[in-house]
Amino acid sequence: MSDRTGARVIELENLAYSYGGGELLSDVSLKLAPGSFHFLTGPSGAGKTTFLKLCYGALVPTSGFVRIFDRDVRDMSRDDVAQIRRRIGVVHQDCQFLDHLPLYENVALPLTVAGFDVAGEAENLRDLLAWCGLEPRANALPPQLSGGERQRAALARAVILSPDVVLADEPTGNVDWEMSQRLLTLLVELNRMGKTVLIATHDLGLIRAAKQQVQARVLRISNRRLQLAGADL
Amino acid sequence: MKQLRKIRDFLSGDASADRVVPPSGQTAHLTLFASAVMAFLAVFALALSLAAGRLADKWSDELARASTVRISAPEDQMQAQTQAALRVLETTEGIASARALTAQEQQALLAPWFGQNVPVEALPVPQLIEVIETDAGYDGAGLRLRLSAEAPGAVLDDHTRWRRPLVQAAERLRLLAVMSILLISGAMAAIITLAANAALASNAQVIGVLRLVGAEDRYIANAFVRRFTLRSLAGALVGMGVGAIAILFLPSAATEIGFLTGLGFAGAEWFLPLVVPLVGAAVAYLATRRASLRVLGALT
Repeated sequence: MSDRTGARVIELENLAYSYGGGELLSDVSLKLAPGSFHFLTGPSGAGKTTFLKLCYGALVPTSGFVRIFDRDVRDMSRDDVAQIRRRIGVVHQDCQFLDHLPLYENVALPLTVAGFDVAGEAENLRDLLAWCGLEPRANALPPQLSGGERQRAALARAVILSPDVVLADEPTGNVDWEMSQRLLTLLVELNRMGKTVLIATHDLGLIRAAKQQVQARVLRISNRRLQLAGADL
Repeated sequence: MKQLRKIRDFLSGDASADRVVPPSGQTAHLTLFASAVMAFLAVFALALSLAAGRLADKWSDELARASTVRISAPEDQMQAQTQAALRVLETTEGIASARALTAQEQQALLAPWFGQNVPVEALPVPQLIEVIETDAGYDGAGLRLRLSAEAPGAVLDDHTRWRRPLVQAAERLRLLAVMSILLISGAMAAIITLAANAALASNAQVIGVLRLVGAEDRYIANAFVRRFTLRSLAGALVGMGVGAIAILFLPSAATEIGFLTGLGFAGAEWFLPLVVPLVGAAVAYLATRRASLRVLGALT
């Protein structure tokens, strides 16, 4: 499956990925255009998380190409990948926080590692936490947060460096319907700001709700291949 | 200058960067304790090395300039042969002075073996002549020939026979002490590497999160390296302090004769233990950096 438009932020070409002797993905081609909104669906174990990891350089394809911002991941050093990740915000299903740091420090972590003066960004940080509805919880430690708060905090951390792309892996997997709608609204807002959004989910209700707010393409991983999902979605 | 700035930046650090690695109690205590113990031992090894060096120099120096002529002759010829030997010695190039030991001095030399009240004059004790060389020294073989001609009972002992093994022993002792310092540094590096590996392994999730948000390996490694280096420096400072105090309270070399009482630092040597914590910190820095980059390189 491929997008024939010229500009792209992430491009996968004839990609295959094997792990432990089995092929997880095969002959996958895709171009994510700037400002596009994509959903990635498929059954559990289909390879959605692997697909996302390939998109942000955490994995290298067994064959084929992954180009991120026009650079082949095979040609990137580890430091190059680190630099690239500052332009790609990633939200994991399990969020992955540093449990010994309060929420605001976790959200500011991309600023810290990029060498920004976090104190100088305090106002922006407050605005971001307010946007996610987390300002009152700024000093809470991650284990003290609810599932929804953790997901919103992970989203805030993913976007704090104003990345070009936001990749979210089951961002609504651990939250109720109301919270998933709230998270979706935040992701749609990001897309309206020009960010490319790719959400891996098996929540068809979320996809339907999104399609009412934004022009989204739905991709499905089935039998190791990437397909454009049917119109029933 | 650039290196100094780098060291200063490394030591001053980045408060928020320091916080990304959670405090790890066990490895922190292990590093502190190991560094303190190693620094303590290193101070002793350093003192031993310096003392052995001083001893080697002293033996080498003092004994090298002193020789003895021993005259064994029948009682009626003793005086004549002594005078003959002294004349030979006085006219030998490379000898600064030569004098026959008095009966009291010879008695004092024998006292440790025979007691204080030995009538030396009643014993067939050889007459000893103390010879002090000039810096240039004398020709031993030539002197022996001349002595044998003028005073047949004279035997020249230039102390080489027993001076060499003593100096060698002191040199070996110094080498042993230097090797001990190297082994201590190696052991410290090994312990800190193990502690760093344990810390890195137990912080795999932290490393994963840092990479996820765009941290370079250098940044992650530095967070660990700085912590371990400063801990090692702190531990080594304590160990060095305790070691130096312990040496300070050792019996003084001046009070009794003997090698063990000479163990310690003299004058400006007291500044040398200050190098131990710096070396400890440098060892910790290199060991942790190597371990961190290796572990980070192996992690996907």
